[in-house]
Order: sequence, then structure tokens, then C-alpha cells
Amino acid sequence: MRVLGIETSCDETGVAIYDGERGLLAHALYSQIDLHAEYGGVVPELASRDHVRKLLPLIEQVMAECGSQKEDIDAICYTAGPGLIGALMVGASLGRALAYAWGVPAVGVHHMEGHLLAPMLEASPPAFPFVALLVSGGHTQLVAVKGIGQYEMLGESLDDAAGEAFDKAAKMLDLDYPGGPHIARLAERGTPGRFTFPRPMVDRPGLDFSFSGLKTYTLNTVAEHAQVDGLPDEQTCADIAHAFQEAVVGTLAIKCRRALEQTGLKTLIIAGGVSANTRLRTELEAALGKIGARVYYARPAFCTDNGAMIAYAGCQRLMAGQRESLAVNVKARWPLDSLPPL
Amino acid sequence: MLENEAATLALGRALGQRLKALPEQVTVFLEGDLGAGKTTTTRGLLQAFGHQGAVKSPTYTLVEAYEWPERAVYHFDLYRLGDPEELEYMGIRDYFADDSVCILEWPERGQGYLPTPDISLQLRVAGKGREARLSAATKKGQEILAQVLESY
Repeated sequence: MRVLGIETSCDETGVAIYDGERGLLAHALYSQIDLHAEYGGVVPELASRDHVRKLLPLIEQVMAECGSQKEDIDAICYTAGPGLIGALMVGASLGRALAYAWGVPAVGVHHMEGHLLAPMLEASPPAFPFVALLVSGGHTQLVAVKGIGQYEMLGESLDDAAGEAFDKAAKMLDLDYPGGPHIARLAERGTPGRFTFPRPMVDRPGLDFSFSGLKTYTLNTVAEHAQVDGLPDEQTCADIAHAFQEAVVGTLAIKCRRALEQTGLKTLIIAGGVSANTRLRTELEAALGKIGARVYYARPAFCTDNGAMIAYAGCQRLMAGQRESLAVNVKARWPLDSLPPL
Repeated sequence: MLENEAATLALGRALGQRLKALPEQVTVFLEGDLGAGKTTTTRGLLQAFGHQGAVKSPTYTLVEAYEWPERAVYHFDLYRLGDPEELEYMGIRDYFADDSVCILEWPERGQGYLPTPDISLQLRVAGKGREARLSAATKKGQEILAQVLESY
């Protein structure tokens, strides 16, 4: 079984080809493609979410890269939600139409299931069951995973997602978007212990998160130390970035450990953009090593939105017999725990 | 003046109650810096519509929809827009149809692609509290505001 995967749920246009036997054959994000080849020299600056103009050249490139012809493709898998309706509709209608034209099935994929299964694309994938921490700009969730489609929500953010907190703290320190990598770099020069930021909700039982208060705390700390230009001095900015990152990472680690203890599981996977944060990875490895648990994650390119995870998740559901009807169905909201088990 | 978070929520609720009672399309702009209380105000507004759960910030998703059989509230955050034209690619026009309530944070980033707001709420950090300024740009907005100020 060889499938074409299409991801257009938000900003990124991602396409990949996954083969059930040979693994991932090719994958690309729009931002990485060689535009000169596809557009014949003139490279238009296309806006975020302009998936319509990006998708076909990307599919052509990925097909060519792995030498696949349309006859080699057994199904088209596309992100059917959750996400922006307008963005989802582009990938879904193109995917559904292409499947019809090529006479193959279409499979609608849950975006977060894609993220959750992304570590399966790596050389030594984790085995079920495990706890998953989905942590990105839009999500912070802890999920108990017994198998594909067998998800139990353990906790989630009540307000801002962890990745969003990074972005907003970055903005307060006059760093660029997306904020995660910039905060992480600045934090390396920070003095440990100069500031201690609160760990939101760790003193309360349960596995929910809240990062909005940490945002306000950061804002107040920046304001307290601001100089004439509105920003603290360089070292203070680094110290704030350090304290902020430690607070987010510390909070996530405490909740992950609690989730493992609560479920009795020994494996944690982390997925989503924030799972690329090295400080989070080392902290989790240290904290979970103490209780004999192991951490798995995807390579950085598969932590953020991508087509490979959609191709992989879609291929699993295809092999289990899942098929879309001829209608194009997308969902802005789609609870992860409402998916059918395989 | 809004002394604390509870006061910001109460203002949101007062506005929400008026909007719920008015079965028409209404657009509200929420302006103010990071941490000024825009999402908190929206949480109060959604509570007036009967929403019980968490109110996630739509910064990453751009829009969060809250739908009931008789009414829909769309909570936008245009903070991440690089160009107002990007609104076309997310199908912005569909959201302003029928009798929806559209709440927009960072509306200045969507200039040229958004309708005139009925109500604008400007929030500013002032000491430990927040300063709120309400204004109306349409007749519908003026009527709503008069009622909100009466009940708040």
C-alpha cells in the first residue's frame, strides 16, 4: 500500500508519500520546495494558507522525487480536521477529487492523530500503550494511547497552549515569530536562579494546564525591569527567557510524570512543535528516567505540521479498511477521543 | 476601570447578555496589548451565551467557533496574520453571514478585509487593573452600548 498524504489544516502546506512496506518515500513542505523549477523562474511570494496555489506543484515534486506514478498510489489521505475550515477544504477537496479521478480510496485523517503517531516514522518507534504529550502553538494535551484510535484525554490547557506562551513571551522580549526557538537560544545565556517564575497549576491535582497566568507574570517582570526603550537590558532579557522556559518545561515535566504514574504506563511520546525544544527533551528524559520510563519523539521536521504524519496515519487507517464517502467532509472541531479504534 | 480579572469577566458578560438578546449579526473589535484582557473579556461574553468550558486563545488557530443551534459566536485572533489578504484564504466572509457574533482581537492586522465594527473595546494595562474604553461606530452598536452601560 502506497499513499499520498496532504496536510493543509492551518499555515503549512505539506505533502508526503508513505509506503506500508518501504516506509516514508518522500515528503516536502511548501517552504522547502525548489520554486524555480515548478514556477519556471518567477517565484511569487505566496501568503500563508494560500494552499490552492501551493498544493499541485508540491504534489508533482514529491511524486517525482520518489519516482512514483499515479498508478503506484493506492489511496489519498488528507487532513479532515480539526483546523481552519477554509484551509482544510482546499486539501480535502483536492484529495477527494484526485482519489476519484485516479480511482482509489480517500481517507480523512485527524490532524492530532497524525502528530501523535509521528514518532512512529522514526527508526526505533515506541510500542503501545503509551502516554502522549501533544504540545504545540494550538494544543497542550495529555492523552493515554492504548492503540490507534484508542485515546483517553487525561488533561489539556484551559487557556493558552504552551507553544503560544512561548510566542507571546518572545513578543514581550522583542523576539521574532515563532518564538520557541528564539526563547530557547536566548535562555542559554540566562543566569539560572535570578528569576523564578511560577509553575502554573502544579500544586493542584489533575492533569490540566494553564499558561495564561505565566504570560501575565512574564509581562509584569519585563515591565518592572524595562529601561527607556521599553525593554530590560540584554542580560535581564536572557534571564527572563531562561526563567520562563524553565517554568514551562518544569510544568510539562511534572504533569507528564503524574500522567505516567496515574496510568501506570512506562512510555511517553511527545509530539507537536514544542516537542522540538531540546531543554524539554533533556528535562523529560531526566525526570522520567527516575521512574524508569522512556521518552520518544519525532525528528524536528515532523514535530511541526507536515504531510508525512498524515500519510502515515492515513495509511494505518486505510489498511484497517477505513474509506471516505464521495462527499467532502471537514471539521473545524473534532475531539480526538471520538475517533473509531482500529 | 476594571479592578481585576473578575471585573473584566463581568464586562464581557454584560456585553454578551445584550448580544444574545439581539438576534442580528454583530461585530466587536477588541484592541489592546498582550495581556490586556482581550481573551478574558471574550470568556465572560461566551459565558453569557451559556458556554461552560475553557476558552482557548485562538492565536494559533486564528478562529475558534462556539456554535449553538440558534446562534454562533466566532472568536478571532488576527495576531499572526502577515498580510490582511490572508483572510481571503481562510474564507473570512463566510463568518460574517447570518446572525453570527464575531469577536476580533488584533483587528488592525486585517485592515481592508473586515466590516466596520459595531462596537470597539480598547483595553489597557493600568497598574494592577485594566482600563477599558467602549465605543460604537454604528447605530446598532450605540443601542447595544447604551444598554450595556445601563446594566453594567
